[in-house]
Amino acid sequence: MDKIKNFFRMFSVVPLAGWLFGSFVAVLLEYYLGDAISYYLYLPKIPVLFGTLIMLKEPMLIPSVLAYDLIIYALPILLLGKMLAPIANTIAARLDRMPLWVATLVHLVAFYGILHLWAGINDYRVLVVKLTMVSIILTISLNIINGYQGEFSCSHPGFMALGAYTASALTLLLFTDDKMFGEALLPAAMGPWLFPLILVAGGAVAAIGSLAVAIPSFRTRGDYLAIISLAFMFIVKSAVENLEILGGPRGLSSQPDYASLPVVFIWVALCVWIIHNFTTSIMGKALNAVRDSEAAAHSMTVNTRKTKVTAFMFGAFWAGVAGGLFAHVLRYVNPSTFGIQKLAEVLAMVYFGGLNSIYGSIVGAVSISVLGEALRPLELFKWIIIPLILILVMIFRPHGLISFTELNVKEIMRPRDKKPSEGVE
Amino acid sequence: MEYFLQNLINALQWGSFYAVISIGYSMVYGVLMLFNFAHGDIFMVGTYIGFGIASLLLALCSAFLPGWMIFVLTVVITMFLASFVGVFVEVVGYRPLRGAPRASAAITGLMIGIIFETGNLIILGAQRFSFPPLMESISYNIGGVYFTNVKVLIIVVSLVLMLALHTFIQKSKWGMAMRAMSYDFLAVPLMGVSINIIAPLTFAIGAGLASVAGILYGQAYPVLDPYMGILLGWKAFVAAILGGRGSIMGAALAGYLLGFIEIFVAMVFPSTFRDLIAYSIILVILTFRPRGFFGMAHSTRLRL
Repeated sequence: MDKIKNFFRMFSVVPLAGWLFGSFVAVLLEYYLGDAISYYLYLPKIPVLFGTLIMLKEPMLIPSVLAYDLIIYALPILLLGKMLAPIANTIAARLDRMPLWVATLVHLVAFYGILHLWAGINDYRVLVVKLTMVSIILTISLNIINGYQGEFSCSHPGFMALGAYTASALTLLLFTDDKMFGEALLPAAMGPWLFPLILVAGGAVAAIGSLAVAIPSFRTRGDYLAIISLAFMFIVKSAVENLEILGGPRGLSSQPDYASLPVVFIWVALCVWIIHNFTTSIMGKALNAVRDSEAAAHSMTVNTRKTKVTAFMFGAFWAGVAGGLFAHVLRYVNPSTFGIQKLAEVLAMVYFGGLNSIYGSIVGAVSISVLGEALRPLELFKWIIIPLILILVMIFRPHGLISFTELNVKEIMRPRDKKPSEGVE
Repeated sequence: MEYFLQNLINALQWGSFYAVISIGYSMVYGVLMLFNFAHGDIFMVGTYIGFGIASLLLALCSAFLPGWMIFVLTVVITMFLASFVGVFVEVVGYRPLRGAPRASAAITGLMIGIIFETGNLIILGAQRFSFPPLMESISYNIGGVYFTNVKVLIIVVSLVLMLALHTFIQKSKWGMAMRAMSYDFLAVPLMGVSINIIAPLTFAIGAGLASVAGILYGQAYPVLDPYMGILLGWKAFVAAILGGRGSIMGAALAGYLLGFIEIFVAMVFPSTFRDLIAYSIILVILTFRPRGFFGMAHSTRLRL
């Protein structure tokens, strides 16, 4: 036990920049030597998702997969992270003195570079990364309503459907020659540039739709609101199924490929930034106040109605954006995507990661989506293992893994070679 | 008129399933102030147990037992076995989370439901089973209205069960303990009534009722499916809320109401509009009467 602790303590001096540098080298190594190394280890091709798929399918290959992971990922990241810690700390210290947004931007760009190289190996990784990022947006936006505002809203798939259908209908109408919507109204070259506006339009429609749930929430809370939001979800799903112009139960397909990896990444970064600012603003604190005691918040001059409507509309807006991205990542939507199954998935991500925490939502979304993909070869047993993990998390940490923690970007990026300065500088 | 009466019988049959299942939700809510989100899947497991027992009895005892006897035996044995499923859910999913936030318990319930569905698929495979008919179907025609004895049986058995449950809750000592628990679940344990006995009992009764609903459902719609509990379960949950949480009578009435809405919407509009209109009506009802039909006034506004 002590040895493990000492092992981890060895790496406590490595700042985020050091880890990024190590990962960058690891990814480069895989990019140039991945094929050769996997050939010598008798692997059919470069293992996607760290080889879990191969390990579960063919147990004979477990040693070579482990060796591959060790050579490509573990050794470069750990060794370089440790060896280059002094240099990385100097860089981190220099970035630390710069304005926060510069430092964050540098880290984000570096992180995106790593992600791009890693995902560039094959298309499956790109898809997994994109879908994971969409679920990050979705999870954080649900956390606003269920975590910060403290309702139990079940309508998120409905908001997502509104955004997805609005965005896909707009892109199909404006930029593609389509059987259902006729000729393109605008030149296709404008598409990628107007895509953000289209996503915002999808979010806006979802936000307006959320009023149907927000207004009843003035009078009721808890279980009744859960039912109202559930009814809203079913209504949206059923309405879309009955609208022939939106493809009915067949859905919409062949959306243009606008949601590339950088686009999705930028949206996730924007979403985290804006929602973090929102939750730390006065309005964000008002959400917590209304959650903890509506009467007390009211007597402290918090406008509870405005707070509730803001929370719902803001959460629904981001759910709509996530829906639009989702539709353009898969390039296919149909109404049955946005049903109970999706609801269970999003709720699981939020409550696994932790309430009232952006950090937790990111952890929850990433771990559930990656776990879902990594355990795919187990087929049905996947749907026993993931629920079991969730039940255990709920029993031992009822609020989720990382709950009630603020995302502190400066703290994450600080140099680690000396103690953090205390008090005001 | 005949068309109307015909649909009335269909609605009574369809509403019976909702009513019997939603009582399970409502009872658990009354005692624990929690919804048992695994209840739809308990219904599914109950149906499969009923299917097993019915097949077994038909194979072994049909030579020397009359048909009604087999039906009664199936119902009794299935109720007994299914009640253990309910107790299992309580002990595994809800007991460790007594002090936890209510949403966490909802998540464990949902997850246990998924485990039941997947477990069923793993154990029994993807093949569809067909529930054996426990009696010969006889059609009657009274004044142009057709109905079968199965429909009558479903309606009658559901009503008898609900009446029995009502008597149990109002008259027996255990029922009194349950009512007391739903009145104040903090004070009653101090009076020597353990919540760890009453809660499993509630889950067991709910599961038993759901399994009977499953047998009846199997008589009307014989094809069994591991995911059959999702749709029926969620709709019964809606009915339980609509009736007013914790109110058993309300849940039963709202179950019938939901059945009526669905059948009559399908009568007037194309059947794809069924969910749309049914849920819109529910949304309107809950917007204007947020505590359901029989729910106690329970405002969080006054809690300081």
